[in-house]
Amino acid sequence: MEKLRVSSNPHDRSRVTTNQIMLMVVIALLPATVFGIFNFGLNAFLLIVISIVTCVLTEGIYEMLMHKKLTVTDFSAVVTGLLLALNLPPEAPWWIPILGGVFAILIVKQLFGGLGQNIMNPALAARCFLLLSFTGIMTDFSVSPYAQNHIADVVSSATQGADAVSGATLLAEIKAGTAVDGSMLLDMFVGNIRGTIGETSAIALLIGGIFLVAMKVISLRIPLTYIGSFAVFYAIFGGHGIDPMYLAAEICGGGLMLGAWFMATDYVTAPLTRNGQLVYGVILGILTGIFRVFGGSAEGVSYAIIFSNLLVPLIERVTVPRAFGKGGKRHE
Amino acid sequence: MGLLTFKGGIHPYDGKALSKDKPIRRLLPKGLLVYPLSQHIGAPAKPVVKKGDHVLAGQVIAEAGGFVSAPVHASVSGTVKGIEDRLTNVGTMASCIIVENDGAYESVEYHPADPQKLSKEEILARIREGGVVGMGGAGFPTHVKLAPKEPDKIDYVLVNGAECEPYLTSDYRRMLEEPELIVGGLKIMLRLFDNAKGYICVEDNKQDCAEKLRQACQGESRIEVKVMKTKYPQGAERMMIYAATGRKINSSMLPADAGCVVDNVDTVAAIYKAVALGEPLMHRTVTVTGDAIRDPQNFCVCTGTNYAELIDEAGGFYVEPQKVVSGGPMMGFALYDLNIPVTKTSSAVLCMKEDIASQREPSACINCGRCVDVCPGRVLPAKLAVFAEHHDEENFLKYNGLECCECGCCSYICPARRPLTQAIKSMRKIALAHRKK
Repeated sequence: MEKLRVSSNPHDRSRVTTNQIMLMVVIALLPATVFGIFNFGLNAFLLIVISIVTCVLTEGIYEMLMHKKLTVTDFSAVVTGLLLALNLPPEAPWWIPILGGVFAILIVKQLFGGLGQNIMNPALAARCFLLLSFTGIMTDFSVSPYAQNHIADVVSSATQGADAVSGATLLAEIKAGTAVDGSMLLDMFVGNIRGTIGETSAIALLIGGIFLVAMKVISLRIPLTYIGSFAVFYAIFGGHGIDPMYLAAEICGGGLMLGAWFMATDYVTAPLTRNGQLVYGVILGILTGIFRVFGGSAEGVSYAIIFSNLLVPLIERVTVPRAFGKGGKRHE
Repeated sequence: MGLLTFKGGIHPYDGKALSKDKPIRRLLPKGLLVYPLSQHIGAPAKPVVKKGDHVLAGQVIAEAGGFVSAPVHASVSGTVKGIEDRLTNVGTMASCIIVENDGAYESVEYHPADPQKLSKEEILARIREGGVVGMGGAGFPTHVKLAPKEPDKIDYVLVNGAECEPYLTSDYRRMLEEPELIVGGLKIMLRLFDNAKGYICVEDNKQDCAEKLRQACQGESRIEVKVMKTKYPQGAERMMIYAATGRKINSSMLPADAGCVVDNVDTVAAIYKAVALGEPLMHRTVTVTGDAIRDPQNFCVCTGTNYAELIDEAGGFYVEPQKVVSGGPMMGFALYDLNIPVTKTSSAVLCMKEDIASQREPSACINCGRCVDVCPGRVLPAKLAVFAEHHDEENFLKYNGLECCECGCCSYICPARRPLTQAIKSMRKIALAHRKK
């Protein structure tokens, strides 16, 4: 008989692997991705491809040069590339995703030790880096003449054709004083608005989010506490009270859906503890509210998430769960 | 009241269909019988026979080495060949008494008794003399477990028939075929605890057993059958107590602290035999199963029988196994040699065509938290494993590392295939050793 293998228990393993989980995230992002390409056209498609290829190549080349085990097949670089692209304006130049992809993988992920070791979400950190370095490009949401046919011209009709703001998002318009109406909300829900490639369609993102919950890849803890606490904050400080129109616009109109379902739930940079995830969700909601209401920009999701990422070790330390039977008393 | 389940846990492939419909078959050993002196927790037994002695089945060949200890009995008649070091099912060499079977199967005379007429002391004495130990795996001497400081404060006697380990069907067959033995054993245990109720606990994948047991305990006002949700590790002592009674104990408490006594199905049957029939513990039910076995079986075997013999009796290997496990896939020991004896705590021989555990290399932890979700001890396995790898005992203890029950759920579920249980187990061993000092 051949030699028998020995190892410590258990001798059976679940069939779910890291690769499958990453692949599931890619699948969940497909509705938003496809909608983005359909909505914004060829340039959006190219940005997505360039971003993914850059991330995968950066990871592969770095690992080869450093003589590390090749992990590009685990799909994590694909997820980062896709998320980065979905966070870019549709008419950004081709070198933006290259710069962003290299920054995300090399600086944020690999230099911190690779998969599982990064302290911030790589895609979001790269987006913030680009946002600070190339503010003009990263905040110009005007769309190409080809794509313009698809996009309802709510903004310009609402502001009576003020050309100066044609490149701004709806959320910025609302912050500047535009009133929210029903057709505007419907456009936001479907995605017929300006914004980054992947953030515009609330319904496409919601389908992906529900898919992830159904496949048990993520739980509802972070998305619900995030969106919920943001809504509460906005209702109190937003200046519109508990107006469902404004609340819905704030939730569907910007980066919140993409952030809450796909980026705040990033395993590596979210707390491991269950109560910690609730705390994390609330902090995210409050920070996003502060940035959006009191900040200079109409957006705040990206900064809220990467800032909260840094709080994770602290959150984990104070939310260590009570072990089973801990502090148990003798039964008399 | 218990909720009949617990938080956490997993649903691994259960593999019970391979052997669940095979009635228990009595097996007569052929070759040499090997009796380790340490088949229980506590002091090893002391041999009372020497080379050349003739022994009968049921005869004491080694006496208890202290209070927390148990005697060992011969399971066949034959001649003592010597006392030697042999490999045992935990992978280490241990001192064993070797008996050559004479094939006559002569036994000593047993002295049956009516349990209802025995005093509590007599019951405990018969259990002790019968060498009964916990047959679920730990091997804690039963007479010690049944003699807590304050027997009046025991509210529940739980018979653990969960058999939550995948592939194992020995308890299932036992409950199905001899429910009256289990009810009889439980009645004896209840004699020791005047204020206790008896619960026979089975998982809901064994409804047929529950039905048989209910019939067998009809008219017994103190006994109830509890059907629990099927989930691993429902049979872990702490989970069982919680599911049945709603009480929680931690790693530094005993079941008696929660007013409970828990014993496995086979142990309860052994109690019945020792007390009512006067027969010592020298047989046990063993499931021989797995996809590498030609004809999976449930056997009633003599302790001391060689594992290789069991495999032969189950039709041998259908294909070459990559891994053979003593016990179930979740908590069993992988064997590198099949030439080891059945002890009081051997529950199964699982022969696996493929070793799933070694199919993939561990990769980086992505902090997904699945280990946290499944951990019945509510600790953070991913964090504990990192502390263990860094030998950071201080943080390991601070993060409740000792509350791990080593059930294996975290390693099972880990998508990165990290050996979490293994890391935590080895650190626990070190920490527990330090605590004892």
